[in-house]
Amino acid sequence: MFENIKNHLFDDKELKVVENHLKKFPSKKSATLPVLWMMQEKYGYISEEAMEYIGQLLEVPSDHVLGVVTFYTMYFRKPTGKIHMQVCTNVSCMLRGGYDIYHYLSDKLKIKNKEKTSDGMFSIEEVECLGSCGTAPMLQVNNQEFYENLSVEKMDGLLEELKNKYGNLEYAKY
Amino acid sequence: MVKIILKDIPDFDKIDVYEKHGGFSALKKVLKDMKPDDVIETVKKSNLRGRGGACFPTGLKWSFMPKGNEKPKYLLCNGDESEPGSFKDREIFEKNPFQFIEGSIIAAYAMGCKAIYCYIRGEYWKWINIMEESVAKAYEKGHLGNNIYGSGFSVDMYIYKGAGAYICGEESALMNSLEGKRGYPRVKPPFPAAVGAWGMPTTINNIETLANVPEIINNGPEWFASIGEPKHPGTLLFGISGHVNKPGVYELPTGIPLMEVIDKYAGGVLGGKPIKMVIPGGSSMPPLTREECLTMKMDNESLKAVGSAIGTAGVMVMDEDTDILDVLIRITKFYYHESCGQCTPCREGCGWMLRVLKRIKEGLGRHEDLDLLISVAENIEGNTICALGDAAAWPVKWTIRKFRPDFEKYIKEGEVVLTNPNKVHALRNSPEYNLNTDTSEYKEVEVRIGKTREEVDELRY
Repeated sequence: MFENIKNHLFDDKELKVVENHLKKFPSKKSATLPVLWMMQEKYGYISEEAMEYIGQLLEVPSDHVLGVVTFYTMYFRKPTGKIHMQVCTNVSCMLRGGYDIYHYLSDKLKIKNKEKTSDGMFSIEEVECLGSCGTAPMLQVNNQEFYENLSVEKMDGLLEELKNKYGNLEYAKY
Repeated sequence: MVKIILKDIPDFDKIDVYEKHGGFSALKKVLKDMKPDDVIETVKKSNLRGRGGACFPTGLKWSFMPKGNEKPKYLLCNGDESEPGSFKDREIFEKNPFQFIEGSIIAAYAMGCKAIYCYIRGEYWKWINIMEESVAKAYEKGHLGNNIYGSGFSVDMYIYKGAGAYICGEESALMNSLEGKRGYPRVKPPFPAAVGAWGMPTTINNIETLANVPEIINNGPEWFASIGEPKHPGTLLFGISGHVNKPGVYELPTGIPLMEVIDKYAGGVLGGKPIKMVIPGGSSMPPLTREECLTMKMDNESLKAVGSAIGTAGVMVMDEDTDILDVLIRITKFYYHESCGQCTPCREGCGWMLRVLKRIKEGLGRHEDLDLLISVAENIEGNTICALGDAAAWPVKWTIRKFRPDFEKYIKEGEVVLTNPNKVHALRNSPEYNLNTDTSEYKEVEVRIGKTREEVDELRY
């Protein structure tokens, strides 16, 4: 499989995973979302080049891939900070201080929604409900871990913790 | 208190513990002694209703699937769970994943499905990993795969990770998403049971619905039908959030008084304050006033009587200091953000409602604005492909109806605002204005004058 493609963005091991994804579905197109996830986990974001490549892998137009990337909010089209903090401000979090957390981070790091700090360490995003209403307010880091039951007092400590944990995170380069 | 899903057994999420406490016995019984039609009859008799919000009878839904095997059939499990205020499915993934897996295999057998796809929202990274592991373990132990327990029935189960779109919780949008497309809802008919995922017959069930099935098989449909309210039997996973002392997920029988849920289980309102408003089933459901809360029973029929519905049983409690307008702005902003953009009433209407609500919040509201909002809401409702339009319209319409004085206090008597229309128009159409809560820039171009509407009209002519 995939012999005709030059300039692979995935290595052989990752191509095996792609093959596995393809086996799960009756159509190749269905693997668009899973393969985009693989791409983002490896490179940190999805470039034009990556969309072209996925189009070749799955035998779909690259415009289809672009359409999917722009529809779903969790795919990034440009690099985020190493620590991308997604703060929920929906009703349950808002009632318990979600906006206080968001504004505290925004003021402290001097960045607005979807911006990143000049050293590329932090970026923030105001997001919709993440299904953590019982442990509000909360934030998610890099589309992965939840940090729940937050308060403004805890934020300085959390920023330090995150810096230690993700400070050396490096994505592959396109 | 009877517990069907969140049982108080330590380590129930481990497959050995689950098997030791009678896990997979329902599946064994079904594959050995029951025909697919018997299973559907049993579920019909139990009167199990879908837990995803629409309360559609599950057995009836299953019976819509065509018989025979000319075409492959699919079962989709809806774990998208994006409704604000709803966080029950992650509790099932975490505390009782195998009962859900067992329930979905039974459902697949009843309908003759070839494969099960479990769609989980992308943000649930932790719970997706849990489910991947759980499914692998179920394969290892022979509960999934080819020729299960030598019965000749084979089924595969796959976990599918979403990527952050509320609309993908709608069944036909979920199918499009599973097919690797943008999550646009489809026009119905044809219904999924005829033309679903990849054009094949498909049934979609909520995670909680499927998790109920093994216990119905084990204990009999009569046992299940006798729990809670007869018209909407069983237990619900109430997700309680907002201004309460002990927010969280509590499994309680249907028909339980709302005040008991709040006071006894959720530890009462923060600081002992009186309740201002309760949203009973996720943010799209019409809210309840304090008086309605006092006598309300938590099942679909009782809530319908006051114009609301049980939804996903995500109860959001707000104390008397809450600004209802802020809450409604936040809810409307959510639906504006999540509208997929296919239908004009929803795509444009949500933006209109948001901008009018923000205008009222800034003290620039007009008297006719409240009726305008209700009019816009009513023109969205029922005029869209999927129910997102309704979900956006209901909170606006019912919150204004039930809490009108809270909105009127923002609109000052007889005051009129003149604006520089071009500048305001340009600003309102910029994406920053729509998505940012900070609107100070917008305020600057509004000029407030102390004249009444009649006086202004006279000046104009």
